[in-house]
Amino acid sequence: MTTNTAAGTSAGVRGQPGGGAGAPVALQAISRSFGSVRALDGLTLDIAPGELVALLGPSGCGKTTALRIVAGFDFADSGSVTVDGKDMSPVPAARRDMGMVFQSYSLFPNMTAIDNVGFGLRMRKQRSAARAKRAGELLEMVGLSAQARQYPHQLSGGQQQRVALARALAIEPRVLLLDEPLSALDAKVRLQLREQIRTLQQRLGTTTLFVTHDQEEALSMADRVGVMKDGRLEQVAAPSELYARPATAFVAEFVGTMNRIPGHYDGQDGVSVLGSVVPVHGERPSGLTDEVDVLVRPEGLTIEAVEGGNGIVTDRTFLGSLTRVSVLLSGDVAVKVDKTSTAAASLVPGSSVQIGVPAGEPVLVAPRR
Amino acid sequence: MAAVASVDRAAQPAPAAPPRRRRSFPVWRWAILLVAAAYFLIPLWAGLRFAGLKAFGQVVGYQGFGSAFGLSLRLALVATVLTLALMVPTVVYVHLRLPRVRRIMEAVTILPIVIPPIVLIVGVLKVAPGVLLGTPYLLALLYVVLAMPFAYRSLDAGLRAFDLNTMVEASNSLGAGWPTTLWRVVLPNIRTAILSATVLTVALVLGEFTMASLDEYVTFPVWIVQFEQNAGPVSEAASLLALFVTWLLLMVIVTAGSWSSRKRGGGEVALFTVVRQDYGQTMGEPE
Repeated sequence: MTTNTAAGTSAGVRGQPGGGAGAPVALQAISRSFGSVRALDGLTLDIAPGELVALLGPSGCGKTTALRIVAGFDFADSGSVTVDGKDMSPVPAARRDMGMVFQSYSLFPNMTAIDNVGFGLRMRKQRSAARAKRAGELLEMVGLSAQARQYPHQLSGGQQQRVALARALAIEPRVLLLDEPLSALDAKVRLQLREQIRTLQQRLGTTTLFVTHDQEEALSMADRVGVMKDGRLEQVAAPSELYARPATAFVAEFVGTMNRIPGHYDGQDGVSVLGSVVPVHGERPSGLTDEVDVLVRPEGLTIEAVEGGNGIVTDRTFLGSLTRVSVLLSGDVAVKVDKTSTAAASLVPGSSVQIGVPAGEPVLVAPRR
Repeated sequence: MAAVASVDRAAQPAPAAPPRRRRSFPVWRWAILLVAAAYFLIPLWAGLRFAGLKAFGQVVGYQGFGSAFGLSLRLALVATVLTLALMVPTVVYVHLRLPRVRRIMEAVTILPIVIPPIVLIVGVLKVAPGVLLGTPYLLALLYVVLAMPFAYRSLDAGLRAFDLNTMVEASNSLGAGWPTTLWRVVLPNIRTAILSATVLTVALVLGEFTMASLDEYVTFPVWIVQFEQNAGPVSEAASLLALFVTWLLLMVIVTAGSWSSRKRGGGEVALFTVVRQDYGQTMGEPE
């Protein structure tokens, strides 16, 4: 498995609040069941020092369970979690030196923002003055110095999560764990905080595991993204690779938009689709027959306005520089094609078009639905 | 240290409280209020008339008042401390680790209300060890049982209004062990519920007659009944005094609790009412 490290990000931050050097984290064959439900099924993942890895997947795929096991709030039935080569199994959550930001607002309501940030330092027996100074610096870092003496109920949701982030970073954690920290926020605040978390993480070089069901968040923030399904990792890769070369049909369809077009698989390395024969890449799912669905992204299809083509334009969605054109192919197969808005200007609904797949462009195949 | 992001570094005022709407108070509500007030106030007024103001001055000087009232206060103190020491960790543990047991707990804690006090005290007097039979503090233990339904419900309501699991996990992840988490995070955030449980336990102990009477200890209610045989008006004044003192005590606790709680964004001290923490209400506001 390859790893992308956030090279050079930790330089010059030691001694600053939150400047704890990131440690390598390894999850080895972790399994966890709740009754008859297998939440994790042999999950293995290596995270390099200073790297931000996002676990992405639908609800119930096991991503939060994995995070909780790393944090020490839950325990694996089998497998191990090591940080810096040390097995974490016997170490209680309070001694793991991991900072965590939760999905729900987790600030202590009885403490002001600065007391919340200083809580972890207090647990580490730091003197009051040093604690206040460091907590103040952390609040400044997240842009909330003015709110230091306010209680959580006096802060907005976004401000609360930023205080929670400062609190998690104040202890200079070896690992930062983010459990869907943006999901309760509105879109604008989510975007701001997303950028802030990423900037801070890169600056401090803290090894970070980030759990989310939002692919946009995962793809925009992470060095690598692990897509999970049924307690297993389907693929771990850099966002661009994950999008361009998904290993399985599930990853392909979960990340981004994907068309399914009927094709004929030759049983080897080629598939015939929309009049072209194209190479097949990635996993060949079990039970594959010659009748398959070919998976192609909207930008992977060609579209041309011609009389008597193989499809009819049904709709157009303007996306700025691009326009997404909806086309109905023969056999009631609906596909979406992305074209530059200039090129799509002539593709009015009702017009006949020819849809194709560029020869030589590798595609994924899945059993016919 | 410079701020990393350019996210609104300027002072962000706390969200302004929405203007309060004037609530209408329809006539039928006034009618109910008046009927209820009459139901409670007429007996008090009758008692005051019967006792006369002079009797209030005489109560304190009567024989046995000081010892009876003192014993009731001591029992209230011991019962409250024991109740909280037993119930707070239990209810927290049930919420955190045994949420499925909550229904059973609710059923078990209702038993002291279902079982008549006379049955409890007679049974306990038969089986209690001699060392306890010789002391009034056996009553305190019984009052702990009697207070259990009220204390449990107050604490349960308080914990349900508070995201206990997340707070405990946040505290743990920051390096706090269990005792610290309980002391610094859990207890301050269920202060309102603890005050409610205290209020109810104190009120119960100061008014309990049956058990004290059968255990042959002269607590304040027992003293009032004994005294009634000799001097009706003074006894009535003592009853009213007890009522007012208890009331005053409860109001002091409730007011202090509510003031402290409101300062931190918590709810009012309310008996059997789910105490709402309003953190999170500002969720998603534009910054």
